[in-house]
Amino acid sequence: MSRESMEYDVVIIGGGPSGLSTAIKLKQLDPNINVCLLEKASEIGAHILSGNVFETRALDELLPNWKELNSPIKTKVKKEKFLFLGKTKSLSWPTWLLPKVQQNHKNYIISLANLCRWLAEQAEALGVEIFPGFPASEILYNDDGSVKGVATQDMGVDKQGNKKESFEPGIELLGKVTVFAEGCRGHLGKQLIKNFQLNKGKDPQQYGIGFKEIWEIQDKNHEEGLVMHTAGWPLDNSTYGGSFMYHAENKQIFLGYVIGLDYKNPHLSPYDEFQRFKTHPDIKKIIEGGKRISYGARALIEGGFQSLPKMFMPGALLVGCDAGTLNMPKIKGSHTAMKSGMIAAETINEHLKENKNLSIYEDKFKNSWLYKELYEARNVKPSFSWGLILGIIFTGIDQILFRGKLPFTLRHKHADHETLKPANEMPKIDYPKYDNVITFDKTSSVYLTGTNHAENQPVHLRLKDPDLPISYTLKKFNEPAQLYCPAGVYEVQRENNINKFVINSQNCIHCKTCDIKEPSQNITWVTPEGSGGPRYGNM
Amino acid sequence: MKILVAVKRVIDYNVQIRVKEDNSGIVTDNVKMSTNPPDDNAIEEAVKIKESGKATEVVAITVGEEKAQETVRKALAVGADRGIHVKAEGILEPLAVSKILQKIVEKEKPDLVFMGKQAIDDDCNQTGQMLSALLNWPQATFASKIDVKDNKLEVTREIDEGLETIEINVPAIVTCDLRLNEPRYASLPNIMKAKKKPIEEMAASDLGVDVSPRLEQLKVEEPPKRKAGIKVANVAELVQKLKNEAKVI
Repeated sequence: MSRESMEYDVVIIGGGPSGLSTAIKLKQLDPNINVCLLEKASEIGAHILSGNVFETRALDELLPNWKELNSPIKTKVKKEKFLFLGKTKSLSWPTWLLPKVQQNHKNYIISLANLCRWLAEQAEALGVEIFPGFPASEILYNDDGSVKGVATQDMGVDKQGNKKESFEPGIELLGKVTVFAEGCRGHLGKQLIKNFQLNKGKDPQQYGIGFKEIWEIQDKNHEEGLVMHTAGWPLDNSTYGGSFMYHAENKQIFLGYVIGLDYKNPHLSPYDEFQRFKTHPDIKKIIEGGKRISYGARALIEGGFQSLPKMFMPGALLVGCDAGTLNMPKIKGSHTAMKSGMIAAETINEHLKENKNLSIYEDKFKNSWLYKELYEARNVKPSFSWGLILGIIFTGIDQILFRGKLPFTLRHKHADHETLKPANEMPKIDYPKYDNVITFDKTSSVYLTGTNHAENQPVHLRLKDPDLPISYTLKKFNEPAQLYCPAGVYEVQRENNINKFVINSQNCIHCKTCDIKEPSQNITWVTPEGSGGPRYGNM
Repeated sequence: MKILVAVKRVIDYNVQIRVKEDNSGIVTDNVKMSTNPPDDNAIEEAVKIKESGKATEVVAITVGEEKAQETVRKALAVGADRGIHVKAEGILEPLAVSKILQKIVEKEKPDLVFMGKQAIDDDCNQTGQMLSALLNWPQATFASKIDVKDNKLEVTREIDEGLETIEINVPAIVTCDLRLNEPRYASLPNIMKAKKKPIEEMAASDLGVDVSPRLEQLKVEEPPKRKAGIKVANVAELVQKLKNEAKVI
């Protein structure tokens, strides 16, 4: 079937911090470069979810006058706390004893979704053409194997794959260079990494799942500018994770939890660990009397330097967390994503003008502060595979005494889908009942995300083997999709004594956790019809 | 035949509405906004009539703040020929909007005016009817089927008892129901083309219409929370409770 096509100098997939920074930098370098940017969400920002304590280093370089441009970066970090939680007690860790990378006094508490909305305004003012509601669903290749561009998703296809009356075919967007900026576990980025063997010689990528809720809390409990992190309870010593609580403006706090997806116990429910965490006396006393106004979840990159794939290939570049530029010990990926996009833009400009090979991206990357940051951070996450306590001791030595300059690199040994142990070998976890005041069930949480997918469209969570969930995964791992999915998409229902695997794809909040954690890699996340998914406000 | 279609920018129907803490209104900052859904049906129908050769021009109009223009742009992307944006800030009541539409109708002289049956934000369901009265034109509300026949319209209306089919003379006002049609998607090339279509801008005051509200909004409150259900022991208890407590039987 022939599709319409449109040609651009540069086609960017994804309207997050990396894609938007690429677009802005390109236009700054040369206003005549034609740039278009596709975003799968109904508007820029609607699929963005992040803590977020923002380091302005990349933005200072990209838009040095950002303070005069009415940016949504307002709340300066005033105070920091770090707590080790026991079941009912907590131990406060002096912040001067934290590694420098974990100190935030120069940073700001922001909503990354709002930052992206603002960056999109800047980009559009420079002439970037932004198309929200158009997921890129397919990579297009030239005859020589180089990337030619992408095709957008067909619209108006029914569940069985037939064209509806409203059918609108996707179109081909062809770029001299295509930039993939889909964020963590981009479904096209994943294909590119495989096709071009970009991860050859690298460690398996590591991921986490991050939850976030926004609460409006009582005045007396609110301390604008306070940044608090915790480690410890409710996770055991062998599970990597921790919480954040950022006191933003308007009596709001951004409360969240991150759990490494290399966890071993299939009975663990990341969602319920987060809900349970809120019942700790030190957390409960802050949110009590408040109101939860938002909920969301998204997978994030934790692999860092060792897992970072090659970021260039013929005709295309990977930027931000589509490659994996998040700095784990800093728990920050926005400034690194932005910087990777800015370096990509410089690369593309030289490629278009002087016909330089896109491989110069790697040299530019190596000469930037971004590389130095990721290199120095590289040993922190793998050290936590020895458990929380040894991880902390090692990190203290590595980050405070040696500042990341130890002469060796720890490896990530396993991909996250390989780490689950059989269900009958692992302890069951008894999670408390939701009280609907502090803790909530998944259904009422998903309700807050504004998630919707047009009815009667193909299921966008594809099973390679439709029988596997019941015949194998349920028996061996108790079908952990029921627990790791933060939106209740997957259910095992029992009808007439027969188990049935149900996919409620309309609930999907596009976090990509299933694509990562499914033990047999049996679930593939593909793009649904445009504008589908959550409608996050200021996440 | 020329068709004028009024579209309104409202909070997207998927968004969970949140009331401001001081009860002065609802939170709209950084909230996803969209075209009022039945207005999409109104545009779709107008474009279909044009495609069938029975209309020559479709003009989309919106009244509202700067960003409301997005709804006109979207109408242009699905087939409207040109747009009008009457700029006005704050709460716009149906009477103010219908007075503005009246002025535009006098200027544009359309044969038909289409709009959604009601907006999903205030649920007023008044603008079409008020415009009909101001212009002294016939109206067909809650349309789920429209047939254009020379200088007449045959319109099927969704009413409480079922469906009602009426015939009205043109010029006329039609307010559209969600069942009228399935709005098409805006394709990427058409969104591009829509960026080049003209949108005429003016202020409500240019038309001599006073848009200041006639109603005073005292407070906005969330609906009361639904109480948790209870389990009854037997049918007799259920019947007793339905009779004496719920008082429904």
